[in-house]
Amino acid sequence: MITLFYIGLFICCFLCLYRIGRGPSAPDRTVAIDILGIVIVGFCAVIGLDAEKDFYLNVALAWALLSFIGTIALAKFLEGRSFDD
Amino acid sequence: MTDIIGYILIIIGILFDIFGCIGLVRFPDVYNRLQASTKCVTLGTILLLVGVALVSGSPALSGKAIICAVFILITSPTAAHAIAKGAHASGVELWKNSVVDKYAESKLEIRNTNEVSGE
Repeated sequence: MITLFYIGLFICCFLCLYRIGRGPSAPDRTVAIDILGIVIVGFCAVIGLDAEKDFYLNVALAWALLSFIGTIALAKFLEGRSFDD
Repeated sequence: MTDIIGYILIIIGILFDIFGCIGLVRFPDVYNRLQASTKCVTLGTILLLVGVALVSGSPALSGKAIICAVFILITSPTAAHAIAKGAHASGVELWKNSVVDKYAESKLEIRNTNEVSGE
C-alpha cells in the first residue's frame, strides 16, 4: 500500500520537473516550483508514516515555510520589484 | 475503522495530486496551469496530511501533520495570487481563446482616472 503512495507521488514530482525543465517562460517555472514544494510536503508526511518517526514532519513544516517564502520572493522578482521593496 | 478512513483519504489525496500535476503539464497557459495545479494540489495534500494524521497512532506525528495542513491551507492561495500578479505584470500573454482579462481592464481604468484627476 505504501509503495503505491510512493509511486503516485513520484509521478507528481516528475510531472512538475518536466514543467520546470520545459516551461516556456519564467512564471511557468515558478508555478511548477511552488507545486513541487507542496508535493514534497506530502511526500515527507508519507515517509514519516512509513518510518513511524515524527521528525520527517519537522522537515515538512520547514519545507513548507521555505517554499512559501521562496515563491513570494520569485513573484516579487517577476513583478519587476527588488526584494526589499 | 479509523485506519480505513485514513487510507481512503490518502488515496483520494494522491489522486488529486496526480490530476493537478497532469493539469500542470497539459494546460496551454500560465494562468490555466496555475489555477488547475494550485487548487488540486492544495486539496490533495491537505487530504493526504489529514489521512496521515488519522492513520498514525502517535500524537506528535498527528499534531504536526494537522499544523502542516493548516499552514498549507493559508499559504498556498497567497503564493498563487502573488504568482498570478507577477506573471501579469511581467507581460505573459493570455491563451488565444481566453475571453476576459479583468485585471488589465481594472489597471486601464485606474490609469484613466489618474489622468483625469491629474488634469
